[in-house]
Amino acid sequence: MDLLRFTTAGSVDDGKSTLIGRLLYDSKNTFDDQMAAVEASSKQRGDEHVNLALLTDGLRAEREQGITIDVAYRYFATPRRKFIIADTPGHIQYTRNMVTGASTADLAVILVDARNGVIEQSKRHSFISNLLRIQHLVVAVNKMDLVDYSEERFNEIVEEYKAFASRLDSIVDITFIPISALNGDNVVDKSEKMPWYEGATFLYHLEHVYVGSTENHVDARFPVQWVIRPHSDEFHDFRGFAGRIAGGVFKPGDEVVCYPSGFTTRIKQIFNAERKEVDEAFAPMSVTMTLNDEIDISRGGVVAKSNNAPQISQDIEAVICWFSEQKLDPRGKYIIRHMTTEGKAIIRDIKYKIDVNTLHKIEDDKGIALNEIARIQLRSSVPLHNDPYRRNRNTGSFILVNVGTNETIAAGMIV
Amino acid sequence: MNYTLSHLDQLESEAIFVLRETAAQFGKPVLLFSGGKDSIVMAHLASKAFWPARLPFPLMHVDTGHNFDETMVFRDKFVEAIKANLIVASVQDSIDKGRVIEEKGINASRNGLQTVTLLDAIEEHGFDAALGGGRRDEEKARAKERFFSHRDEFGQWDPKNQRPELWNLFNGRKHHGEQFRVFPLSNWTEMDVWQYIQREKIELPSLYFAHEREVFERNGQILAVTDFLKAQENEKVEKRLIRFRTIGDATCTGAVESPAATLQEIIDEVASARVTERGTRADDQRSETAMEDRKKEGYF
Repeated sequence: MDLLRFTTAGSVDDGKSTLIGRLLYDSKNTFDDQMAAVEASSKQRGDEHVNLALLTDGLRAEREQGITIDVAYRYFATPRRKFIIADTPGHIQYTRNMVTGASTADLAVILVDARNGVIEQSKRHSFISNLLRIQHLVVAVNKMDLVDYSEERFNEIVEEYKAFASRLDSIVDITFIPISALNGDNVVDKSEKMPWYEGATFLYHLEHVYVGSTENHVDARFPVQWVIRPHSDEFHDFRGFAGRIAGGVFKPGDEVVCYPSGFTTRIKQIFNAERKEVDEAFAPMSVTMTLNDEIDISRGGVVAKSNNAPQISQDIEAVICWFSEQKLDPRGKYIIRHMTTEGKAIIRDIKYKIDVNTLHKIEDDKGIALNEIARIQLRSSVPLHNDPYRRNRNTGSFILVNVGTNETIAAGMIV
Repeated sequence: MNYTLSHLDQLESEAIFVLRETAAQFGKPVLLFSGGKDSIVMAHLASKAFWPARLPFPLMHVDTGHNFDETMVFRDKFVEAIKANLIVASVQDSIDKGRVIEEKGINASRNGLQTVTLLDAIEEHGFDAALGGGRRDEEKARAKERFFSHRDEFGQWDPKNQRPELWNLFNGRKHHGEQFRVFPLSNWTEMDVWQYIQREKIELPSLYFAHEREVFERNGQILAVTDFLKAQENEKVEKRLIRFRTIGDATCTGAVESPAATLQEIIDEVASARVTERGTRADDQRSETAMEDRKKEGYF
């Protein structure tokens, strides 16, 4: 069966939790004991309907305040597909949550309140999805019941959104669906109130949309995670390099270069997760390789095909999203983590900030604060074997870590 | 050539990646092994991740002393088969040392006491990362859990202040005395685990399959009569055809009535189940936030 990972983003009160609750409930992915708990909570809170949004609340503070604090992952399946939802709250820490949810998603659902139309938050969510290179968008126009299920209003919003979305360069397709999450219109079942809408329901679209693989299968990259040396009688001289293929396809016999040493050798064997020798292996498989020559390569090293080298540099230009309450310190040292490599990094230059609401460049204010996005240049203490993020999400992404607190304070995408 | 992986292959590759990251990023990891299906699957994945070498970390069983006999027999056989080292941390020892006080009353359980035994054992052995079989689909507090879950020097979880986890870049940096819990099966569902067990032909304790057993009902749960759990006078003991969906402490793990005797029958039953897996666990029924509260204290 096929797996679709998608992320949902919305603003406060646009009904995102209700939509996910409705999706789970109408597709029969909720359980009796969960529903009993939700019914009891709804009654206790004095809600008029059974509040399906409560299905997605996890933490005590979230139920107490009626808000979602952190990214939550949800799982459901239909006979056609398995789904992993990264459900990201739209307020406090919104950039951090959205970027986190989008980093592993193939598709993003943008919620728009039919009464309010395309507002700043809708643009911000779309921009971040685009920045993280999500290629498929669904714009769910919710609360159609509050605009009398008006086709005209829906079309206005579609036009408004399209005018803005023409600037989003990584989006391949956008699908607009008019829904009412509260009443279930066009979520799983087709709405009787909107006969003018001839498209698919929300769930039908998620089940059938062609997403393909987001992995790069062109540029072969193998970051070494761990060296396996059994020291047993049976595998006396065995020296295997274990890792998850980050891009491309490898075959035994391929001529490869091992970085950082730069020595060339050939792949002797590739073992898959079944512990069987295979003829080829591709991203994102976890495998173990052996090489023809005794070459010094360990964790942090990268194996690539000799006719297709990665970029190798200590100076990196990137777009970063800042997650910390503490502003970026232009003289500070940070830890950089890229694939299986760890080094130190300093920010050499802040080129400009990006206003996530208007997409304008800001060149006169270079203080980078919580939730802000900027294009920067950094220098790493170790060479990074990388590709541009737009070519490969695995080899083009990194995180920055605060040396003192050990917190993850930024996500970076190599330009 | 179509370079795509099935959902089980993707989950397997991800779990192996996380297990290898754990071995690489931490000085002294340990794999928590309860003898339940999730920890069996995790240990199976670990034996693949480091093959042909042995596991670079030991297994640890936090033993409440209230085990089903079948679990213990299975545990020892399994550990032997994958040639792993097993450490047993005993709740009884914690009670004897006065570290914890046994709960009283008919619903007394040693489940909550495990946290102290676990944290003591982690400290005693100097472990800095404990691999657990927890899944995000299991329980609402777990839906917010990270693959690499940071714990402070008291082993506590702070759900409001977790590190963001992007792409597949895991940040295991910590201060001296702090530790991590790592969950390689985070993205697996109950169904994925069963399908994987079937595909890999992984052997499980017989408790998971339908068998006749003396049981009684308490608070809507079917509990097995054991040396540690007796029925009250008003509770009727009878022989029924049951199986267990989860295996934990015998005093708080409820059974389900089921004729499912094979993996395929279990998968069919899971597919049509109307109650969540942890709905059979008395430890989760104590309050709406029972799991969150235990996790904050340092539970798995």
